[in-house]
Amino acid sequence: MSKQDKKRVAVLLSGGVDSSVAAFFLARDGYDAIGLTMKVWQDECIKTDRENCCGPRALTDVRKICHILKIPYYVLRCEKEFKKRVIDYFCQEYSNGRTPNPCVICNDKLKFETSLEKAREFGADTIATGHYARIHERVVCGKKRYVLAKGVDKKKDQSYFLFNLTQKQLRHVVFPLGELGKDEVRKVAKENGFPVHDKKDSTEICFIPDNDYKSFLKKQHVKVKKGNIVDTEGKVLGTHEGIQFYTIGQRRGIGIAAKNPYYVVRIDVEKNIVIVGDNDDLLRKDCVVNEVNWGAITSLDAKMNVTAKIRYNSPAVSAVIYPLAKKKVRVVFKTVQRAVAPGQAAVFYDGDDVVGGGWITHEKD
Amino acid sequence: MNYALVFRTTHQTMMAEEVLSLNSYYFDTLPLPKEIKTGCTIALSIQKDDCPLIIALLKNENIVVEGVYEVGDAGWKKIDYAHKVDRRVYLDNNASTPVAHEVVHVLLPYLEEHYGNPSSIHLIGREARIAIDEARDEVATLMGAESEEIIFTGNGTEANNFAIKGIAELHAVNKGHIITTVIEHPSVLESCRYLEKYGYEVTYLPVDAFGLVSADQVKNAIKKNTILITVQWANNEIGTLQPVTEIGTLALEQGIVFHTDAIQVIGKIPYDVHSLPIDMLTFSAHKFYGPKGCGGLYIRRNIQVLPIIHGGKQERGMRAGTENSIGIVGAGAAAMLLKESQVEDSTEIKRLRDLLYEGIASSIEGIKVNGDPEKLLPNTLNISFKGVDGESLLINLDLEGINVSTGSACASGSTEPSYVLKACGVSDEYINGGIRFSLGRENTEDDILYTIEKTKEIVNRLRKKQ
Repeated sequence: MSKQDKKRVAVLLSGGVDSSVAAFFLARDGYDAIGLTMKVWQDECIKTDRENCCGPRALTDVRKICHILKIPYYVLRCEKEFKKRVIDYFCQEYSNGRTPNPCVICNDKLKFETSLEKAREFGADTIATGHYARIHERVVCGKKRYVLAKGVDKKKDQSYFLFNLTQKQLRHVVFPLGELGKDEVRKVAKENGFPVHDKKDSTEICFIPDNDYKSFLKKQHVKVKKGNIVDTEGKVLGTHEGIQFYTIGQRRGIGIAAKNPYYVVRIDVEKNIVIVGDNDDLLRKDCVVNEVNWGAITSLDAKMNVTAKIRYNSPAVSAVIYPLAKKKVRVVFKTVQRAVAPGQAAVFYDGDDVVGGGWITHEKD
Repeated sequence: MNYALVFRTTHQTMMAEEVLSLNSYYFDTLPLPKEIKTGCTIALSIQKDDCPLIIALLKNENIVVEGVYEVGDAGWKKIDYAHKVDRRVYLDNNASTPVAHEVVHVLLPYLEEHYGNPSSIHLIGREARIAIDEARDEVATLMGAESEEIIFTGNGTEANNFAIKGIAELHAVNKGHIITTVIEHPSVLESCRYLEKYGYEVTYLPVDAFGLVSADQVKNAIKKNTILITVQWANNEIGTLQPVTEIGTLALEQGIVFHTDAIQVIGKIPYDVHSLPIDMLTFSAHKFYGPKGCGGLYIRRNIQVLPIIHGGKQERGMRAGTENSIGIVGAGAAAMLLKESQVEDSTEIKRLRDLLYEGIASSIEGIKVNGDPEKLLPNTLNISFKGVDGESLLINLDLEGINVSTGSACASGSTEPSYVLKACGVSDEYINGGIRFSLGRENTEDDILYTIEKTKEIVNRLRKKQ
């Protein structure tokens, strides 16, 4: 088949195993694949480049893989947009007493918006990534709907980070790894001589590879204000350096000596206080989620049994969602949950299908 | 019925012959009819049934089939197959040129047989030494210099560093003043900025809308302590030619050393450096069909410069380090080749460049040509397309097999507009849309027509999107 007859697909390459293998499958299956890499790092990163970082070294891996696959690749300079839309959001959320989820925002705004726009400029109507997730075409209420679902490899499933993709975006997206397991993916990478086949999975936030988000916030010059640390009764126990440096469920580094460990249970932005308590104070039976993006359903009219995932690293748990407004629900968990953090995403599943997802708020109801 | 495969260059034809023989394919060689203009003079005739396999095989070896013809009683007929073959049109010769086949042929033995260190006394060393001497003669002859006036360096950037820092070093005690322009190559600009840190004073002259500086501007900038004027001959991005004769004359009158970065000029415009008021001139082999890793500086006989690379006594003590005999031999071979063909090549290249301009100007609205319309390199065309992102256009052209640049090679990125276009005062609506087409001796009229067609298609598509 000549190049002209092939369908062009842009594959977003990070330099890691997953996206490389996704590109391999596209090229193998006869697509005219082109590689795109988002350069989100600032030029000064070159000096501090490390493994598993999105920096220049990752770009070297992208080059090697595209060379093996004989596909062209281009670097999209997204550092300004990444700063504006992801890093500024990240800092702002901490200042609002919330725990940000930058990966979701990066997916929504950069990977599947800016990059998709670019891909279309380059004649590719579809964008592919190495996410472990699937997209099913279903008919819902008489209309065709693209339904996001968990990847077959449940351990690697990344649908949580993708819940906010709109129908318009999902239409133009493919996930070649949705049906595969990580072991198979590594095997394919090894068989094809990809230099990254044994690269560690990235687990941290890509722009904070050392996981030290406090130092990062300081470097970003967020405005901090000292205030009180109080217990759940309102008794002042000590002072904090700024609410940004605390996150719900945190135990270490609170700086208060006590017999039993204290945990951050709430952050009150208006009063500029950090409220601490014991582990039981962290348990919640429900929460309010808003800005819900509906997936397998178009709206929620009555209560619905789902499984809910309130952070990437913990499994989905049984829950019931109740409609409060068009894009707002109350989630009641079957069993109490620990450290339900405002600012994190809550994603609801019906089996493997993503029913919808939104952002956990401070609101009680 | 037989098919004839036509290649871009004789070199590619020869490589194809080799691949076919190795794979036991039968072929004949056929002379090309006059109407098919290409760099290659013979075509390979193959059986029709073998065609897809052979083309795939050649592609695997990176040998590009320029066209496939049906050879019948009625003559040669180009068939659709050609359109299905991935095309490559290289229009980025200001970034680098392909190494001419004749040059490859000359330098290969210096990798395999004459590998000696040119400073060695024995036979193998002497072979490398004599080759360097001869190459120096060729390069000197091409530009009308004496062999002793040519110092080879690692590349053009190093030669620019050498010229500027080498003069500055002479004035290490009292420092001094340097005059240059804002649109020089980074190797000049950054060398000047480096010297500023050490107490030298630098005037960066602005340019007009066409990228020109005037001799008057230079004259007004001269101070009592001016030690060097460095102004490029041709700009790599927009192709504007500076009035180096006037500036050089001025420098000569005032007794100031005049250096010009002529990297983009060699091989494109013939010149005789001894009849010009130029004290130092930079060149680079890979811009005139030689290999990368070999640049050099012409230094007029009576001009004193200090070395910036210290070590052994190579290059008359002006540039330490074992000579890159392969690169230098390549530069010599390229210079010899160009001495014979540069006038003819440039005339044809200019004709194709003008054809490209006409084709684009007559079919695409909202364009702006950057650079001076007359004082311009014969091979360069820098055009901005209103409302089109230059990088997007570049990538789309690449996906159609056409290789161009936006500005200088390292500044690729939609977020940073070219500093050269900025200096020319190009307006916001045009500044991000600058594309540089730079032609070379391997381009054909067919390449240009294809480029016009694809540029039109892509610009229209990108504009419609908005």
